[in-house]
Amino acid sequence: MTVDVAIDRPRAVTPFESEFRTLYDAAGTIAPPPVRSIRVAAFDAFRRLGFPTTKNEDWHFTSVAPIVEHDYLHILTPSGDVRPEQLEPFQFGGDDWHTLVFVNGRYAPELSNVGELPDGVKVLDLRRAWREAPQLVDQLGQITRYDDRAFTALNTAFMNDGAVVHIDRDVEVEKPIHLLFVADAVAAKSMMHPRNLIVIGRHAKATVIESYVSLSDAVYFNNPVTEVAVAEGATLQHYKVQREGMRAFHVGTIETHQARDSHYISFSLATGGSLTRTNIYTTLDGEGSGCTLNGLYMLDGEQHCDHQTLIVHAQPNCFSRELYKGVLDGQSHGVFNGKVYVYPIAQKTDGKQTNNTLLLSSKAQIDAKPQLEIFADDVKCTHGATVGRLDEQALFYMKSRGVSRELARQLLTYAFAADVLETLEQRNVREELERMSLRRFTAQVPVESGTKR
Amino acid sequence: MSLLQIRGLTASVGDKPILRGIDLSLNAGEVHAVMGPNGSGKSTLAQVLAGNPAYEVTGGSVTYKGQDLLEMQPEERAQAGIFLAFQYPVEIPGVSNAYFLRAAYNEVRKARGEAEVDPLEFADLMEERLKIVDMDPAMLSRSVNTGFSGGEKKRNEILQLAVLEPSLGILDETDSGLDIDALRTVADGVNKLRSRDRSFIVVTHYQRLLNYIVPDYVHVLAGGRIVKSGGKELALALEEKGYDWLTEGAHTAEVGA
Repeated sequence: MTVDVAIDRPRAVTPFESEFRTLYDAAGTIAPPPVRSIRVAAFDAFRRLGFPTTKNEDWHFTSVAPIVEHDYLHILTPSGDVRPEQLEPFQFGGDDWHTLVFVNGRYAPELSNVGELPDGVKVLDLRRAWREAPQLVDQLGQITRYDDRAFTALNTAFMNDGAVVHIDRDVEVEKPIHLLFVADAVAAKSMMHPRNLIVIGRHAKATVIESYVSLSDAVYFNNPVTEVAVAEGATLQHYKVQREGMRAFHVGTIETHQARDSHYISFSLATGGSLTRTNIYTTLDGEGSGCTLNGLYMLDGEQHCDHQTLIVHAQPNCFSRELYKGVLDGQSHGVFNGKVYVYPIAQKTDGKQTNNTLLLSSKAQIDAKPQLEIFADDVKCTHGATVGRLDEQALFYMKSRGVSRELARQLLTYAFAADVLETLEQRNVREELERMSLRRFTAQVPVESGTKR
Repeated sequence: MSLLQIRGLTASVGDKPILRGIDLSLNAGEVHAVMGPNGSGKSTLAQVLAGNPAYEVTGGSVTYKGQDLLEMQPEERAQAGIFLAFQYPVEIPGVSNAYFLRAAYNEVRKARGEAEVDPLEFADLMEERLKIVDMDPAMLSRSVNTGFSGGEKKRNEILQLAVLEPSLGILDETDSGLDIDALRTVADGVNKLRSRDRSFIVVTHYQRLLNYIVPDYVHVLAGGRIVKSGGKELALALEEKGYDWLTEGAHTAEVGA
């Protein structure tokens, strides 16, 4: 159980008032008038809601008190000192991908490389969309809601930059679109509220990767929100790679709306941050649609990492698959809360949820809470959770072949994570995450990529 | 000087003593069979020599190549040339056989101060070693022992032995659960690996295996002690007469002690 430090609501909210005023006055002219009124409404909601406490069911295992302890400056203008070569380790070797880079929450055109886009594909920053193509961001604020979610309300109030991806109907984008959010030392004691919108047209297909990385160990608070609309018959592979600085706070929300026969394939990797929360919500709002929500979190030290997923089966004959795995070392604390909500009309729902955790230390801790709320009577929904430790037999077996304890532990950890990593269709990302999972707990043993040769 | 010298070795699992004083000496190139009824401690002896932490050594000494074996970690023993072929090889889903073998091979080479080999060089070595146990190369891309049949697992153990080239191979009931064809293949593999500077301890319940892997010496274990040692003809006597005539003696000895 998390120790809940009492959060004084007015005191916690007040520091954000002046930052909000500054944004509203300074940057208000950039956002179109409807956005300005959304901001005001959202900030009102935030003021009313305050930060969630552990009495809030959705935050039962995660106290946000450490986030609230600090005051943050909202970075309004482009900042930071990032050289292109510093981004190399975070780009999956995707030199020819469509890459938008954001530094400390603001778009960095000089570091971005959108490349040549197929006809019917738009990849641009939110401020430019507001200025030049407001029709592309019609759906902003329409997919997610903020009236009962403080962090989304906060993001909506402060949204000032982010990425817009718009794919026209029938277009297949071959190369991944990479949205790379970098924080450097300038981000210290500041907050960022990136806001992204991804719209995949009818029968279109694309891969979008969101990365959150840091070049320093500064304390900062990153609170991104991504809205996603997947139209009829469309497919989106959507990966989130969270490698924030080890002292950073990150609360990220992805909310997706799926139309008939659409496919949404999500993967969430989380290895960074001191206290992080990832929300992934999708609504299957058309018959024959399906989603796959997979994820892997690898923690050590005193990291706290919480995943909350919500799959709403709003129509009949939809499927959902979910596999989340966690590897926890040190005194880390993992949380997985997987909700599946089945509407009364959503007959023939086919849902499966699995959460497996590997504890590498006796002081690491996992709270796993599967939550099925089913209001239809002809459905197939299963869930399962396991918690285990490294197999001592297997460790001895490997050591008896001359393999060091370190490497044996590394290989067994990798093996544990292998099946969820195998679900990643994008090869560069899969191989990089495989390397990361091999390296995560033992930096000193070099191992080449992929144990599957 | 002998390769391995065991003196007064005692070991237990939890509070239960299993080995009650083993004395055994083995020279380079020799094959010693260790036989005995169920529960006599023969598998424990094999596990203790490999350093399985599930067993606690409570007394005695083991000297291997002049070093105190009991002070060494399991991986150090393996790197120094001890190999245990498991009675029940462990399945490791998610780690390919080829990768595991190469990792082990390189760790052993590293410990010996030799250069590590890359996947291509290793593939050449594997091609040759696979022939020793007549194994399908496709087995290399599968996860270690995962979904292998009993015979495939044992063959895989001998393949590992062939790759790691130990000075002392310990076969822990490698014949258990094998039909006669699989037994022959595995035994042939072991025979191909016999040499003047490689010794074996063959732990078995049945004399049958020793028709194929002919030992220089046979020891009979009962009640955690070696109750009789002899040449290969001792195994034949056991086949004929069973263990009772020896184990009865063991009980008496125990009472006497």
